[in-house]
Amino acid sequence: MLESLILSLTVFVLATFIGHSVITKVPPTLHTPLMSGTNAISGIVIVGAIVASGMTDSALSQWLATGAVVLATINVVGGFLVTDRMLRMFRRRERPAGRDSGT
Amino acid sequence: MNAQDYINLINGSYLIAAILFMVGLMLLRTPATARNGNRLSALAMLIAAGVTLVDRNIVEFEYIIGGVILGTVIGIILARTVQMTAMPQMVAVFNAFGGGASALLAGSEFIRLADHGDVPEYVGTTIMLGTAIGALTFTGSIIAAGKLTGMVTQNPIVFPLRNALSGLLALVVITLGVFLVFEPINNELVFAVLVGVALLLGILLVTPIGGADMPVVVALFNSYSGLAGVATGFALNNNILIIAGALVGASGLILTRIMTRAMNRSLANVMFGGFGASGVDVAGVDGETRPYRSVQAQDAAMMLGYAGSVIFVPGYGLAVAQAQHELRTLADVLQKRGVDVKYAIHPVAGRMPGHMNVLLAEADVPYDQLYDLDQINRDFAQTDVAVVVGANDVVNPAARSSEGSPIYGMPILNVDHASSVIVLKRSMASGFAGIDNDLFYLDRTSMLFGDAKSSVGSLVSEIEDL
Repeated sequence: MLESLILSLTVFVLATFIGHSVITKVPPTLHTPLMSGTNAISGIVIVGAIVASGMTDSALSQWLATGAVVLATINVVGGFLVTDRMLRMFRRRERPAGRDSGT
Repeated sequence: MNAQDYINLINGSYLIAAILFMVGLMLLRTPATARNGNRLSALAMLIAAGVTLVDRNIVEFEYIIGGVILGTVIGIILARTVQMTAMPQMVAVFNAFGGGASALLAGSEFIRLADHGDVPEYVGTTIMLGTAIGALTFTGSIIAAGKLTGMVTQNPIVFPLRNALSGLLALVVITLGVFLVFEPINNELVFAVLVGVALLLGILLVTPIGGADMPVVVALFNSYSGLAGVATGFALNNNILIIAGALVGASGLILTRIMTRAMNRSLANVMFGGFGASGVDVAGVDGETRPYRSVQAQDAAMMLGYAGSVIFVPGYGLAVAQAQHELRTLADVLQKRGVDVKYAIHPVAGRMPGHMNVLLAEADVPYDQLYDLDQINRDFAQTDVAVVVGANDVVNPAARSSEGSPIYGMPILNVDHASSVIVLKRSMASGFAGIDNDLFYLDRTSMLFGDAKSSVGSLVSEIEDL
């Protein structure tokens, strides 16, 4: 048990450090998409929820897990889609062709 | 394949997913690559969730399929229909679901293991952590979303001993958690009480926090939703949960720190200070009315139309009035006349990190016209006109000069350094911090009263007539 705890802690600490160094480089203009995107990533609990929702040894446990599947899926699907919708709107100074650029 | 092959397949795929999540986040470095980054993260999620289906512990698929279909439909509807101005509450609701999912999963795991009569103490501990953090994230984020939509009052609800009560509830959660770690069998009822108290604690933590402090709350719960996932990952001994949860936890904490720093307040002050509650040294030091200059759209239009350079300073009022499209039209009209136009964005303008940027992006404002506090603060001194649209505390010079002010020390946009200032505002009412704004009484400041949307609209038509 202790062995796997230490391994898990190692993974956690390293991932936190990587996360910290990667995320400090995100510019303020993208902070909202960063939040909604990481939100979608926190839907990763779907992985555990899927397994638990497929096990039949306790009805209550299975129902709770299925609830987790629903919430996590909303998070994943909704989160990535809404982030994409936002990111699509960010553009540089050049306007799309077809508009009068005054040349 | 034998059982070990399946486990290797799953863990190998989780490694690929973890790499893709990290590369996806790296691509958020610039707006140009960000969309691909988001797609990579989505792909990583698809791989992780998809490969999980081969897990040999799964004996039936009906519940899984039903749950995924229901969640997908709701997710698509939410993502498609939400207005850009409603993004802060959308993010808060997603935080709630993330926390809720972790709590449900931890609960499911606890009940299953307790049924089998075997909950190792280390697993029990992480289950209790995941449940408690997830549950309070759920209700706390729902209250935050309620405050952001206006369904729950934006004013801080403060009452005596509220922090003591929160502390007591936290103590109850911890005590029950410790008890359950050592006595997990046949104590489902105690577990249910723990969940109930944690849910209540989430409500109690957020109700005393005012609307303008919601950026901090939303960012903090963003972090918690990740940490709840980490705790659940420890319980399930699942690396991808730990890695992805840690990334989310780190991101939320960094955003929280950026927000509190931009307010020059500690996290404890935001969470427990009851800041902005009515009755706390409110405005009007001596109660007498000070003179200020109110102008009509026509006069303001003259100032703008003949200026060389203009900086717009948007705030929450812009989002409330939904005036982003009108503001962009105003910028266009000015640029056509050869005026140099920039936007100055304060980190805590609006109701969540990056709120103004998304709003202006929706109105097709190119992101390279948007400048941060640090990038633009020197420019105000060389600017002809600064236009404040629905911002207040973030442009209050008192933050620089008056030591007794509640916002003293908060980094502000130096709007008062511009040659002239136009403030678009509904009335002379004070901002969230409840303090008067000296900027409004300067000689070079002109107040243009009215709804931001119609004020900006009339500025556009007046300038076109010049």
